[in-house]
Amino acid sequence: MSGDDALLVLDDVSVAYDGMRALAGVSLRAAAGAIVALVGANGAGKTSLLRAVSGLIRTSSGTIRFAGDDITRLAAHRIVQRGIAHVPEGRRVFASATVRDNLLLGAFVDRSAAHRAERLEAAFTAFPILRDRLDQRASTLSGGEQQMLAIARGTMSGPRLLMLDEPSLGIAPLLIPHIYAGIRSVAARGTTVLLVEQNVREALRAADTAYVLQTGRVVLHGAAADLIGDPLVQEAFLGLGAA
Amino acid sequence: MEALTTFAQLLVGGVLTGLVFALVAVGLTLVYGVMDVVNFAHGEFLMLAMYATLGLALLGLGPLLGLPLAVIAMFLFGIIVYRVFVRRLLAGPPEATVFGTFGLLVLMQGLAQAVFSSDFLSVPSPPFAGTIRFAGLAVSQASVVEGCGALILTALLFAFVEYTETGRAMRAVAEDRIAATLMGIDVQRINGLAFGIGAACVGAAGGLLMLSYPVYPTAGVPFALTAFVVVALGGFGSISGALVAALLVGMLEVFGGFYLSPELKLVPVYLAYLVVVLVRPQGLLGRR
Repeated sequence: MSGDDALLVLDDVSVAYDGMRALAGVSLRAAAGAIVALVGANGAGKTSLLRAVSGLIRTSSGTIRFAGDDITRLAAHRIVQRGIAHVPEGRRVFASATVRDNLLLGAFVDRSAAHRAERLEAAFTAFPILRDRLDQRASTLSGGEQQMLAIARGTMSGPRLLMLDEPSLGIAPLLIPHIYAGIRSVAARGTTVLLVEQNVREALRAADTAYVLQTGRVVLHGAAADLIGDPLVQEAFLGLGAA
Repeated sequence: MEALTTFAQLLVGGVLTGLVFALVAVGLTLVYGVMDVVNFAHGEFLMLAMYATLGLALLGLGPLLGLPLAVIAMFLFGIIVYRVFVRRLLAGPPEATVFGTFGLLVLMQGLAQAVFSSDFLSVPSPPFAGTIRFAGLAVSQASVVEGCGALILTALLFAFVEYTETGRAMRAVAEDRIAATLMGIDVQRINGLAFGIGAACVGAAGGLLMLSYPVYPTAGVPFALTAFVVVALGGFGSISGALVAALLVGMLEVFGGFYLSPELKLVPVYLAYLVVVLVRPQGLLGRR
């Protein structure tokens, strides 16, 4: 891997669920500080890729390196300690816990009170509404607010890499710009973001680089700005181009 | 006036009985809440703790001095049972934990029978043998110590789960173990800890109960049966629900035993249980 200074490097990674191949030899790099979008149709393997990185599923072959270390076989809770936070699809906030407890759980791997206070402030900067909701149960939040909480919870461990799975899915359209503003605010603090989206337009606008997945393979990758203009992307995802 | 005194007497007795039920039940409900396992051997853990307390008492460490030791020993026992046994059951189909822990019940009763025989054994000349008289009421010192001790320990467990970092992690695992894993929580460690604490609860209960009860191989059964009712009544996984339900069950049992007849003391308990299950299946303080 000569001259590879990327924070996250996937090298020829394959994943199979119950004999079904979800990822087939995917290679990907996320440069430190960048927003990397991962787009593709349903079932293309986007979620599987995130789950493989965070250790929720095992790879059948290939290696995953983070900050130079091989994390392919590491247990999921140890991967969080290394500095990767995964905000799963469907938000999965702790509904019966308060917003505060959700955020503190996000900081489970780092008990330093100073770090927690500092990250809480950063989370309020990204998502101001959370400050007013601190003592409410997460179940009382709207879907969009829960998504904000899920992302903020992900930042509370002070991760170097934040992986977001479909942050705009099922969210009221009016709230989507707020969620993306928050994601940009997180990235502006130097956190690398790996963003999985079906909302291709929004994702490519926010991202620096992007990968297009199709049935478990990378079919296209490059600068996000270039991909927006790519005929394949326009036709397959943006509803433009020749019918 | 005499009826009123009797009523007050029964009320005090019911509360003190209920508090001990609560301590046994919170251990069961904690384990269920965190890992969805109903530990059918919970009563046998209690029986083991009672024998352990008796053994310590015979060595000169009377019930209350031996109690912390019984708690620590049962905590370690619980962690070992989780590591070598329950963790494997959890990897199998959901029924595995039902049959597995029921098997443990049979095994432990059988071993106790073989080792200790079915004799009723008591701590020789236990402390707190006297009676407290107050405003026309008479309460045995032992039952006051048992009730207050159980209340303190139940409150401590509640505070641990609600206000500590590890307790918060336990609640997270109870709610969504995948999301908890993504927070960096080691779910296996938390499960083991919860199982250990569940066993430590009956460790403490066993220590307290030996003040006034004998131990025999099936000594845990009536307490475990009551604990299952308490847990279902209070809402599976709810510690505060278990405390409320245990007080209710304690009072129903004492009042039933007096106003109906001692043999029928459990009838009002199961009637109340049926009503709650029909009207509010999630239990008094349960969610969903």
